[in-house]
Amino acid sequence: MKIRISRIVLYAVLILLAIFYLIPIYIMVVTAMKSFSEVSLKTMWNLPSKLSFESFRTAWLGSTKGGFRGLSGSFLNSVLLVVPAATISAMLGSMNGYVLTKWKFRGSNILFPIILFGMFIPYQSILIPLVRALQEFHIYGSIPGLILVHIVYGIPITTLIFRNYYITVPTELVEASKIDGASFLGIYRWVIFPLSTPGFAVAMIWQFTSIWNDFLFGLIVTPNPKSQPITVALNNLAGSYIVQWNVQIAGALLTALPPLLIYIFLGRFFLRGLLAGSLKG
Amino acid sequence: MRRLKEDRLASILFITPSVILLAIFVYVFIGWTGFISLTKWNNVLPDYTFVGLHNYKNLFANMRFQIDIHNTVIFTIVFVSSCLAIGLLLALLIDQKIKGESFFRNIFLLPLAISFIVTGVVWHWLFNPGSIQLGSIGVNQLFDKIGLGFLKCGWYTDPRIGIIAVAIAAVWQFSGYTMALYLAGMRGIPAELREAAAIDGANRFQTFRYIILPFLKPITFGAIIILGHISLKIFDLVVAMTGSGPGFSTDVPAYFMYDTTFRGNHFSQGASIAIILLLMVSSLIIPYLVYTTRKEGQA
Repeated sequence: MKIRISRIVLYAVLILLAIFYLIPIYIMVVTAMKSFSEVSLKTMWNLPSKLSFESFRTAWLGSTKGGFRGLSGSFLNSVLLVVPAATISAMLGSMNGYVLTKWKFRGSNILFPIILFGMFIPYQSILIPLVRALQEFHIYGSIPGLILVHIVYGIPITTLIFRNYYITVPTELVEASKIDGASFLGIYRWVIFPLSTPGFAVAMIWQFTSIWNDFLFGLIVTPNPKSQPITVALNNLAGSYIVQWNVQIAGALLTALPPLLIYIFLGRFFLRGLLAGSLKG
Repeated sequence: MRRLKEDRLASILFITPSVILLAIFVYVFIGWTGFISLTKWNNVLPDYTFVGLHNYKNLFANMRFQIDIHNTVIFTIVFVSSCLAIGLLLALLIDQKIKGESFFRNIFLLPLAISFIVTGVVWHWLFNPGSIQLGSIGVNQLFDKIGLGFLKCGWYTDPRIGIIAVAIAAVWQFSGYTMALYLAGMRGIPAELREAAAIDGANRFQTFRYIILPFLKPITFGAIIILGHISLKIFDLVVAMTGSGPGFSTDVPAYFMYDTTFRGNHFSQGASIAIILLLMVSSLIIPYLVYTTRKEGQA
């Protein structure tokens, strides 16, 4: 009997906590589904009386009457940004991880934390030179410029993910290939790379979500609305007094959707990336 | 033998692009920012006249910066301690061999997948205190409905607690992270240890106190470092939720840096804020990096 009561309390607490965590999600979904006539701050907790996608449409397409841009263009920008940046930074991370685990050299143990430091710095400490350098190379304000930035500052975390992963790949495999006469590149191409799918899954999913969710680099590197990523466009939408709050919320949901879908379907890999970030493999 | 030399060279070439990129984008750029912080560039056009620590002196005398440091301290305390406490609670509850374990775990982790900007936009409306014409809305209205009306407050519009409102949104987003860390730690405790404790007649609290907690100590240490450095860098959430707030009540150094550099063209002042931020973050991260990588090297 005593056990049963404590179990009930346990589930009650868990359910209450789960409700608390879902409140913002609830408000997002409920508000975004209401029609303009039904939206009111006073009734924000109520369910919609009927489903409407007006808010989404306005957030996506913008409004010429209201005089604001929708998120569709910047959504596309984010896709164009995230795919190459996540892929290339994962590729570089895999190359670094291979060298740092299977081809250690003098000083490689010191190099590793020097590489990792780059993922912890406050990016404010590099922004002014970054803007100047990008201007110098005429890629400031463009998506390729932003891609380069995300590739570079993604290298530390992808290197960490792959290093932790390749440590679990037996070194005997590499040694045996060496005896068989395989070269450095041959071993990477035919032994390590084919084994790397789980590493790439973790690294690319991590990079996809963090680049999609990034705000600071987008804000500084791409100030013009044409090449802005979606988080910057959402912030402009939400900061504008002419945009109705249900449109802002629908925009927030649209921005959250791609990483949420990834989380729902590939959460396992996302979690591993998350734990890797605290340096525990 | 020649083969080995070629391979050695190839391995160095493999890692060289990343090393060069990071050397420039991290270390050269930091040095460059450090240099700017010692010059007189507080206008649109660069002025590299050397002024020593002048910008830093001005900064520490600056009222806004003093408020920012104060806000950062409060934010860090609320954010880190709440994330640790809630994360531990969630992990303990989930570790009780419950039904629907992955369902609950996924809900608590869900906010981590979302951008700070999304979190900021939504909590901006949740913490909107309403007005006299409108009455209570958002969380305040919810408090009224469930009989907790005495908890109603102005949230981020109240200069006394504004930064705490921002911290609450951040805790909502990040407490799942500490839960995940703690859960991973608890799953690493050998089952024999718990069984032995049970045989010795330890009750639940004793098992927690003498078996589980000691195991979680290094995890807590790591979590404090990671969460602490996130607090120091907090920026996106402040932009999307409140901005500087009334009387800079929700202003933070990272936001001040952005504001003064890219809106005010005070590049040298911005650079000095950035360097102070970097020093604060480094004082947490560098010992941690040295410690964890050295420990791994020994293993």
